[in-house]
Formats: sequence, C-alpha cells, structure tokens
Amino acid sequence: MTTAVAETGMIGALATKFRICPATGLRVDLAAERLIKANAVAAVVFLAIGGGFGLLVALTRWPAVHLLSSDLFYLALTAHGLDVLLMWIIFFEMAVLYFASAVILSSRIAAPRWGWVGFVLMIVGALMTNVAVLQGDSSVMFTSYVPMQARPHFYLGLILFAVGALIGCFIFLGTLVIAKEEKTYEGSIPLVTFGALTACIIAVFTIASGAIILIPTFLWSVGYIGHIDSLMYKLVWWAMGHSSQQINVSAHVAIWYLIAAVTVGAKPLSEKVSRTAFLLYILFLQLAAAHHMLVEPGLSSEWKIVNTSYMMYLAVLGSMIHGMTVPGSIEAAQRKSGFTRGVFEWLRKAPWGNPAFAGMFLSLVMFGFLGGISGVVLGTEQLNIMMHNTLYVPGHFHATVVAGTTLAFMAVTYLVVPLIFQREIVWPKLAKIQPYLFGIGASGISLFMMGAGTLGVARRHWDITFPALDVTLPYGYSPAASLMMGLNGLSAILAATGGVLYVAIVVASILFGKKVDASNAVAALGPMPKKVVHDAVAKYGDAGTWHLPGTYVLVGLFFTTFILYYFVNWKYLSELWPMQ
Amino acid sequence: MAIHPPQSRVWWKEPIAKAELVWIGVAFLWGLIMFFMMIYWHIYGQQNLSTQVGRIDPAVFEQRTNDFAEKFKVREEGDTGIPVVKPPAGGDAYMLARTYEWWPVLELEKGKSYKLHISSLDLQHGFSLQPINMNIQVHPGLEHVVTITPTEAGIYGVVCNEYCGLGHHVMTGRIYVVDSGQGG
Amino acid sequence: MAEQPKTDSPAAPLERIPFMQRVLDNPFLLLFAGVVVPAVIYILWGVMEISQIPLVK
Repeated sequence: MTTAVAETGMIGALATKFRICPATGLRVDLAAERLIKANAVAAVVFLAIGGGFGLLVALTRWPAVHLLSSDLFYLALTAHGLDVLLMWIIFFEMAVLYFASAVILSSRIAAPRWGWVGFVLMIVGALMTNVAVLQGDSSVMFTSYVPMQARPHFYLGLILFAVGALIGCFIFLGTLVIAKEEKTYEGSIPLVTFGALTACIIAVFTIASGAIILIPTFLWSVGYIGHIDSLMYKLVWWAMGHSSQQINVSAHVAIWYLIAAVTVGAKPLSEKVSRTAFLLYILFLQLAAAHHMLVEPGLSSEWKIVNTSYMMYLAVLGSMIHGMTVPGSIEAAQRKSGFTRGVFEWLRKAPWGNPAFAGMFLSLVMFGFLGGISGVVLGTEQLNIMMHNTLYVPGHFHATVVAGTTLAFMAVTYLVVPLIFQREIVWPKLAKIQPYLFGIGASGISLFMMGAGTLGVARRHWDITFPALDVTLPYGYSPAASLMMGLNGLSAILAATGGVLYVAIVVASILFGKKVDASNAVAALGPMPKKVVHDAVAKYGDAGTWHLPGTYVLVGLFFTTFILYYFVNWKYLSELWPMQ
Repeated sequence: MAIHPPQSRVWWKEPIAKAELVWIGVAFLWGLIMFFMMIYWHIYGQQNLSTQVGRIDPAVFEQRTNDFAEKFKVREEGDTGIPVVKPPAGGDAYMLARTYEWWPVLELEKGKSYKLHISSLDLQHGFSLQPINMNIQVHPGLEHVVTITPTEAGIYGVVCNEYCGLGHHVMTGRIYVVDSGQGG
Repeated sequence: MAEQPKTDSPAAPLERIPFMQRVLDNPFLLLFAGVVVPAVIYILWGVMEISQIPLVK
C-alpha cells in the first residue's frame, strides 16, 4: 500500500482513513476495505467446503461410482446446498454491497462496527448450522420442509446468519445516505451501485420472509409451537429460498456491468433502459418464488400464473434487456477502441486472456442460454408438471447460480484481489484457464442434469437404480439416465478442478502475490484490449453511434433458441396423460 | 462507465436507440405470448393440474384408502402382500403416501378417466409417475383429487421425488394400465 | 458535467428532474416498493388462499 494516504473524512467522520486507489483513483475507506476482505475470504472458505460436498454428491449420483452411503449422501447434499447456495453467495454479496457503496462512491462506510457485528453473526450462524448438519440428525436438505424436523440449532444458525446479512444491507443503505449527504458523487448513483441496490432490496425482502418462517419453525423445533402447516411453510420459505437467488441475479448483473466497465471501458448504452430493467427486478423478480409452488395442491391457477410469470414476464423483460445491453455496451466500447471489422471482430479481439472478462462473458452467455431459458420453461405453470422435483430443477439452477452467479463472482475476484487486497494474481497462466474449466464443467452439470430430469430422474435421490433387494416395487429409468448421471459426474470433476484452481489462486495471491502499487496497478487487472485504429472509416458505422450488428446476431440467436425450446416443451406436455 | 455516475444530470430524457426499443418491444410481446399461453392451455389444453383440494385428517384419509383397497382388491402384488386394486372405470381411486411407500398398487383401464385421490400420512412426498414424467407434490393433511386418463397400457412406476428421510430412495409405487375389459 | 451539482431530494421540484428519475434515485422508495409488491402479490394472496382451503366432507 505504498501510495496509501491517510486523510480525514468529511463532516461527521473525522477519524475515517482513506487511501487512493492507484488504478482507478477511487478513494477507499480502509474500514470498508477490511470488511470487504473479511467477507470475501469467508465466502471463498464456504465455497471450498460446499463445493467439496457438491463433488461428493455428484460422484454418488454417478451410478458406476456411487461413492457415499445413503445417510452420508443426504448429509452431504444438505451441507452442499447450505454452504454454497447461502453461505458462499451471501458472504460474497456482502463484500459486493460494501464495494458498490463505499468504494465506488468514494465514501466512508456507515457504521463499520455494526458491519463487524453482522459479520460475526453470519460466521457464528453459518458454523452453527454446519455443525447441526454434520452431527448427522439434521439431514433435512436446504429446504427443511416441515413436518420433517432438524435440530433447533439448525434453524437458529440460519436465523443468526440472516440477521447478520440484514445488518449488512442496512449498512449499504446507510452508506448511500452518507455518500449523498457528503456529496462524494454528483447526480445519480452509478449503474453498478444501482444494481447492488436492487440486490440489497431483494435481500431485505428475502431475509424478512426468512424471519417470518424460520423463527416459528425454530420455536416448533424446541416445542413451543405444536404445528406448522406444511403448505404455509413452503409458501413463505420460498419467498426466502427463491428470492435469495434473485439477490444473486441482481448482484451478478451489476458485476457484469462492472467488469465490462473495468476491462473494456464499456459504458451503459442507456442509463434509462438499464435502470428501468433493474426496477422491473425490484418490483417483480421475487414473485418467481412461485416456481416452486406450481404443482402444489391448494393454490389457485390465478395465483400461480400471475406469480410464476413475474407479473406477465416483466422481470424476464428486465433480464432480456440486460442480455442485450451488457454485450451491446461491450461491442460499442470495443468498436470505439477500433475493433470495427466485420460483425464479430470486437468479440474475437476481446480480452479473452483476462480471467475477469472471460468469466464475465461466459457467465453472461450461460446464464442466458442455459439458465434463463430453462428457468422460464420450468416456471411455466403446466410445463412444470413434467419437471417438478426432477433433476431438471437442479440442472436449471446450476446454470443460473453456478455458471451464472458463481462464475461472475469468480471473475470479479480477479479484479478485487488487485484492487482491494492489493496483490497481483499469482500464476496468471492458470488464472487464464480457470474460468473456462469451471464454466464448461458447470454448463455440463447443468445440461446433463436437465437431460436426466427430462427422462424423469428424481432430484435428491440416493439410488436411481432401485435394486430389487431393497425396493419392494422396483422401477427402472431408461438406461440413458445413467449415462446422463455419469456425464454429470465427469462435468462435476471438471468444475471442481476449476473450483480448486480458483481457491488456490485466490489464497496464494492474497498470501504471496506481489504487492500492487502505482507502478503495476493497471497491469495487475489483467490483459486489456489494445487499441487499434486500422480503418479510418469504420465499415460498420461509428462505434459511438448505435450500430451493433454482433449484438443483434447474439440476441437473435438467443431469441430463436428460446422460442423453439419453449414450444417443443408444450409439444411434450401435450403427449402426457390428460389430467384435470 | 457503469462505475461512474451518469454523465448527464438528467439522464431520463436521453433518447433510446431504435434497435434497443425494438428489442424491448419484442421481448415484451414475447412475455405476453408466454403469459397467455398458460391461460390458453387452461381452456384448450388437456394437461392442467386439478385445483380440487381439501383439508383432511390423515387418519381419515388412511381409513378411506383402506376401505377402497378392501372393496376393489383384485389380487396381491407378487409376494409383497400389497393389494392391487382396480377401481371401476370413471370412479374414484385412492393412493396414499407414507414413509416409505405408495399404497396400494392400482390397476386402471386405458382410455378411462379416474379421480385419483392422493395425500400423505406423514411428511411431504413427491408423486412422480414414470416414465411419463408427471409430477405432483403431496402434502400431509391435504387431499388432492386429480382426474387422470391413461393413454397407453403398461406398467408405470411411482417414484417419490420429494426428499422424505433416509429411506426416501426406496419409496416406490406402481400403477398398471390394462386395455379395456382385460386384466383383473 | 456542466450542470450544477445536484442537491435534490425527491421533494425538490425546482430541480426539474423527471419524475421517474427521481423515483429511481430514491433508494428508500424503491425499498418500500420492492418489499410491498411481493409481500402482497405473492405472500398475502397465497396465505389467503391456503387459509381458505375447505375441509373434505
């Protein structure tokens, strides 16, 4: 931190110490920086643990390997869901919230002490729930559907974790207020911060829902409440369980914009459009919790249709807008840098060797093509009959949360390490291939699980071969199902390799990476596109103006795939037994 | 850049490029099509989940299923002791879920409709009819009446696809579908 | 950015910031909307339906 300067903050923050980031010129509150570091490190630790459990799960579901015993399998599956879907993601999101408020706005962070209180609560809660699971009598899955019961500290840990995260959300909002009052920026907050605000708002709803349902469930587990309605539990639980994944979507879209800005200098095509797309998320994205309630008895079709469609697909509209504006802003920036030949020179000459950019673009493509399309199909009321609780569901959300969110978070880490930890990335060659390994593995996991789900294979199931010795009424899935599960296992190994590489690179960089100072601050962010100006007159129009043929082709391809896949599934549905 | 505040103070009035507007319009229309597709299928489609649901004491449901099985039992499934029950075509059929079985085994006639009553006696279970891949969630205390019409003869498996405890993977059931007038 | 620095709050119409921009610049208004909309459409409506499930005769 050779260029660090300590200066006094503004009114009301006399003790705040800042440094000036040598790469970006941003003023970094050291208290915020410490919080970001702590949360990011905790996130990576839980990714390592939860990812390890995930590999065990995949290897058990591979019939030829069938690694774990049944009780260990259900234990590992419970731990996998909690550690990656909640702990890794939410710890990382806390770091993102602090970064997007204090650092991007060059502001002091609100109430850093409370930030530590929240962090400690989250750590204690995460450990408590993990201990409950590892003790072996709380293998109730991530969803812990009542009346199945876990030990009280399973729920208590989750409650503490949620309270800690809620504190983080309020610190984010408080920092926005401080930055505005102390005029650390002019006009509106930057788009990335607005995306983080979207994530924060969804997080508040998520955590409130979690409190509404987990506190009574905790009291039920210790005997103070006699009965919890299973359907009511499920309704409210998913307002937490699914919305927590919508925090991810907002956060990783914000990160796409962030990485595009830092690596290729992309600027939003239209502030108005991008922000309106986020507004659609704020209003309607959480309704998609109904995706889990489509084949439940006791809810009307009206409720199902309105909610599952995010109010007439308005939140999907938001995603489809981001799906065009993110690559569009990259194309515009690249064309401005001189990559104007043909339709795709901007993409070919993008910094694919920079893991931050590569991870971001892979995340964008996989989230859209695999996660987005499958999510809409899965969330169609009647189509859900063919998919509910089959492996199609984890197939879908491994495309969104693993190939989408996790890969985006990994990608941004390659910027966070030099910017916040102020260390160069060690082993740049390995870092270069890491996003590809992980991305291809994750998309394999997703595709093969969706394939198995289409063949009917149940999720959360220890042995789909139903050996006649144990099963009274054996049933055999088609042999292709076993093939799918094998390919899924291989993909999981590939993804795990990418995951191990990520953890190793991050840890080694933080511990042994070369210190970043003014001399290497920009280089430490990885390879950037070199400006070339070859054609005085660009063939495809001026980059500053709106002509983005490459983006149109990508978006057209996406849309065609979407329509075809959507209607193919209606065709499959029409072949089912008639039912009403 | 996206990490800086918008360049102009009033960004809301900045014009939106035509191509972007076109895409927003297309995406919005597509959303409407998908929305009305679900409604269309409720009117013209054959596969819609029944909303005939009521609260029931699990003990009562168990009693009704037992009565049903006793009344229409045609044989036993191998040496398992599980009754195979053949309800009258067009009539009511019962199947209960409990850790870890679907009970009893049903025999239905192809092309005939049945009112299938399903519920759970203990935890949540997942009724997954294979290989046609039809999946319905089952709750304790809620009776769900689904009218189904088998279209092809064969032996169908019922797999539990909602995790229900350490024996979840052995929880299976069976439905036979026979051509009209056969079986029994 | 030639314009004068903005000091608006949502209640400062003199700034002539368009209405929607003021909405999007107000995190607490967005927070309110983002919590109330799903709380009503998803949770409240759902809870009402579940509590009205009839008893089987």
